[in-house]
Amino acid sequence: MLRVKEVTCARGGIPVLSDVSFDVAAGQALVLRGPNGIGKTTLLRTLAGLQPALSGHVDAPEDELAYASHADGIKTALSVTENLQFWADIYGNPVPDTIWEAFDLADLRMRIAGTLSAGQKRRLGLARLGVIGRKVLFLDEPTVSLDGFSVKLFAKWLQDTHLASGGIAVIATHIDLGIDAPEMDLTPFQAAPDAGGAADEAFL
Amino acid sequence: MIALLLRDLRLAVRAGGGFGLGLAFFLIVIVLVPLGVGPQTALLTSIAPGILWVASLLAALLSLDRIFALDFEDGSLGLLATSPLPMEGAALAKALAHWITTGLPLTLAAPALGFLLSLAPEAYGYLLLSLLLGTPALSMIGTFGAALTVGLRRGGLLLSLLVLPLYVPTLIYGAEAVRRGADGQDASGALILLGVITAGCFAVLPFATAATLRINLR
Repeated sequence: MLRVKEVTCARGGIPVLSDVSFDVAAGQALVLRGPNGIGKTTLLRTLAGLQPALSGHVDAPEDELAYASHADGIKTALSVTENLQFWADIYGNPVPDTIWEAFDLADLRMRIAGTLSAGQKRRLGLARLGVIGRKVLFLDEPTVSLDGFSVKLFAKWLQDTHLASGGIAVIATHIDLGIDAPEMDLTPFQAAPDAGGAADEAFL
Repeated sequence: MIALLLRDLRLAVRAGGGFGLGLAFFLIVIVLVPLGVGPQTALLTSIAPGILWVASLLAALLSLDRIFALDFEDGSLGLLATSPLPMEGAALAKALAHWITTGLPLTLAAPALGFLLSLAPEAYGYLLLSLLLGTPALSMIGTFGAALTVGLRRGGLLLSLLVLPLYVPTLIYGAEAVRRGADGQDASGALILLGVITAGCFAVLPFATAATLRINLR
C-alpha cells in the first residue's frame, strides 16, 4: 500500500506541485498525466526519496521503493548479462531466468550493451526492474524509444508479473500502456507561480 | 559494495576505461624530469623523492573526474542512491576501485622509475612503503572532490583546484619519509603520520562524500 499525503515538491528550489495526495493499493498501478514541465519527474524523484519533499509525507513499505528514470544506468562497456547481474548483486537477488523472455533479451545476453539500439537499451533498463525485486516502482516515461511490440511486452510484464504478485507502480507516461490502471492528471496540483519557501534548501 | 567494486574494476580495464592512463602519465613525467634537469646525478638523487611524490599526486589526479561523472551521466548514480547499498558504502567502493586502478599500479611502478632518477638505494623500501600508505588517502580525498563537482560541466579543473591543496599533508609526509630514508635517518615518524592521515580520511570522508552526493543528486 502506497499512501501519498499532501506532498509538495520543488525543482531547483521552486515549488512545482503542491498538496498531491493519492493512494495506491497493492497490486494496483497509477498513471500520472500532465503536460511537459508540470513536475512528473520531480514528483517521482521526491516519492522515491532522491530529493526531500517540501511538505507532506509518503507512507510506503520500508525498503521497497525503486526508481527508474529517463536514463537507464546501463554501462555500455559491459555485456547485457553483466549489467543485469550487477543490479541483482546490489539488491542481493539472483537474476530470474524468466527475465530474458519477458523483455525479449534472450538473443542479446552476450552482446556488449554499447552495441544495442536505443530501444534494446531501454528494454535492458526496464529488465533491471525485474531483477531488483522491489514492490513499489516509480517509473518515469518507461516506454521512451520502445516500439509497439516492446510496449506490449513491458505492459504484460508489469500486469502479469509485477502487479499480479502484489506490486505497486506509479507511472508517468504520455502514451496508453494498455494496462488496467486509473489515471491522475497533475494539472490541478500545479503550484502557484509565486509560491516560495524553498530558497537555499540545498544548504539545509 | 563488492559488486560495485568489481563492476568499477571491470569497467576500468574494458575499452575506454582509462586504466593505465595515470600510470603512463607518471612514467612520462618521471622520464621528462632528468631530460629537463640535465645529467647531474647528485642533483637528481636529492630531488628524486619529491619528484616521485609530486608525479604520483598528479597521476592520481588525472582519473578523478571519472569516478562519479560517468555514473551521473548514464543515470546509474541516481539508481544506486535508491538501492539498498548505502551511499557511504558506494563512496568507499568507488575510492577503493580508484586506488586499485591508479594508486596501486603507481606504487608498484615507482621503484623502477626511482631508478631513472637515481634514487638513493636505501630509499626504495621507504618509497614503496610511503606510497602504499599515502596513495589510498589520495584516492579517498579525490573521491570526495569528485562528489563535490559531480554534475558540473567542465568540473575537472575545479576538481583539481579543490583537491590539490587537500593533498598537501600527504605530499609533505610522504616525500619526507622517502628523503629521510635516503639520508639514512629515522623515517618512522613521517610514515606514522602518513598512515594517520590515510586512516583519518577513510574514517571521515565516506560520510562527507555520501552527504555531498545526496545534495548533488537533488
